[in-house]
Amino acid sequence: MRKYWSFFKMRLMAGLQYRAAAMAGMSTQFVWGAMEILLYRAFWLEHPERFPMGMEALSSYIWLQQAFLSLFAMWNWENDILESVKTGAVSYELLRPTDIYSMWMARSIANRLARAALRMVPVILLSSLLPAPWGLRLRISPAAFGVFLLSMVLMVLVVCAYSLFVYSLTFYLTDPNGIMVLSVAAADLLGGAIVPLPFLPEGFRKFAELTPFASMQNVPLRIFSGDIPLPEAPAVMGLQAFWIVVLLSAGYLLTRNGLRRAVILGG
Amino acid sequence: MRLYFKFFSIHFRSAMTYRSSFFLSCLGHLLITTNVFLSVAFLMDRFESVGGYTLPQLSLCYAVILAGTSLAECFARGIDAFGRILSQAQFDRIMLRPRPLLFQVLCQDMKPTMLARLLQAVIMLAWAIPSGAVHWTPFKALTLTLMILCGAGIFFGVFLINACVTFFTLEHVEALNIFMDGPREYGKYPFGIYGRPVLLILTFLVPLALVQHWPLQYLFDRGPAWYGLLPIISLLFLIPCALLWRLGVRHYRSTGS
Repeated sequence: MRKYWSFFKMRLMAGLQYRAAAMAGMSTQFVWGAMEILLYRAFWLEHPERFPMGMEALSSYIWLQQAFLSLFAMWNWENDILESVKTGAVSYELLRPTDIYSMWMARSIANRLARAALRMVPVILLSSLLPAPWGLRLRISPAAFGVFLLSMVLMVLVVCAYSLFVYSLTFYLTDPNGIMVLSVAAADLLGGAIVPLPFLPEGFRKFAELTPFASMQNVPLRIFSGDIPLPEAPAVMGLQAFWIVVLLSAGYLLTRNGLRRAVILGG
Repeated sequence: MRLYFKFFSIHFRSAMTYRSSFFLSCLGHLLITTNVFLSVAFLMDRFESVGGYTLPQLSLCYAVILAGTSLAECFARGIDAFGRILSQAQFDRIMLRPRPLLFQVLCQDMKPTMLARLLQAVIMLAWAIPSGAVHWTPFKALTLTLMILCGAGIFFGVFLINACVTFFTLEHVEALNIFMDGPREYGKYPFGIYGRPVLLILTFLVPLALVQHWPLQYLFDRGPAWYGLLPIISLLFLIPCALLWRLGVRHYRSTGS
């Protein structure tokens, strides 16, 4: 366990170096969040009675989404891993006295945390200063905050487990781009990235909530904004845990089988 | 012009060499923008209308912006990727050739996969135009054409500004994405929806509202007919862009790599 932990710290330190990129990304995210809120404001002013969640809750959802974007953005693939499987460089990894799958997991989590850590603080600070229904509402009970943190941890694990599942498929596909493109689109639509799930039509929403994508940003953001009340949280988080187990074990089996089939040529 | 088509066919054929990856990236671009359209459709399913616009009207609105951006991103890709041209010192070679600079930069790179999005725009138009959202007259048809073409022109100008900034910073500035990816995403609704400040910025600073919000008012019979000619005025935006470009070229020093 110690070696994965130190590898994790190493990646985290490396990721924290890209400060200029983070600053630039942050300003973009602030404008994005503002545009999104202005858009929903138009809907809210016109039809407040058809709004499935409070405007304040929605604003909190949107700002947290911008703040933690790098944690759950599906397009943050680990290109090094994909390349290593494609070129066969993965064979070097096999020589090391570490489990390749755990290494991948440590690496994915570390990179996501590093990217998010740099960007989240200014977005959270600035957006919490905005006036009442448009800003991030930080008033939250300690119990709810604890549940939120736990669901955030589960969320990062689901996202990384899903990515690892995709990497393990690359052992069998000549071109992983197709599955990656589809994953990004599905996560956008079914995970509440482009429209928060409560806004979707009833039947489609019920379907979306069962997919692994809804166990990503959808859960913690809605718990924080109060849209998922605490009594309902255990069920949703149970589903998160279920997907972590399923995706991780499927990916693990695929990788083990893929490595067993792989023939490494010398040279 | 002949030379330009020759370059286009070269880029097109080079993209088609890897046929499956060509279609996959077409699919990738397409899925992103169909998701945007779906988000509009879902919200309209719940709210029925916003700001007095209905789904066919909004789809006309998004089709205009989508067609404009995908035309610009396909043909002005060379400017969009200008940071690479500079850092690899390809611009030195360009300056040596006896053809206009900008023309050569445009020929350096093109992105035919973006035409997939143009296809989506055409499909959306084909659905929205006969849906009864607009009472068509020949002049309105002209306005629609102008909106798309001048829209592509403005996005071209935005790319050009971005390239000029690259002359000074030597790397791509991510903050400028606000005016490049932003309108493609948020142009799904007429800019007036976002409130007065946003509309003013997009009317006078980066005049995207002149190819979208204002002429749409005319198309939907909510504004006077001269709104329909505003897309032509918006092309004035290209003058400062061109001046900036000349300033940038004068400032240029090779990276020497």
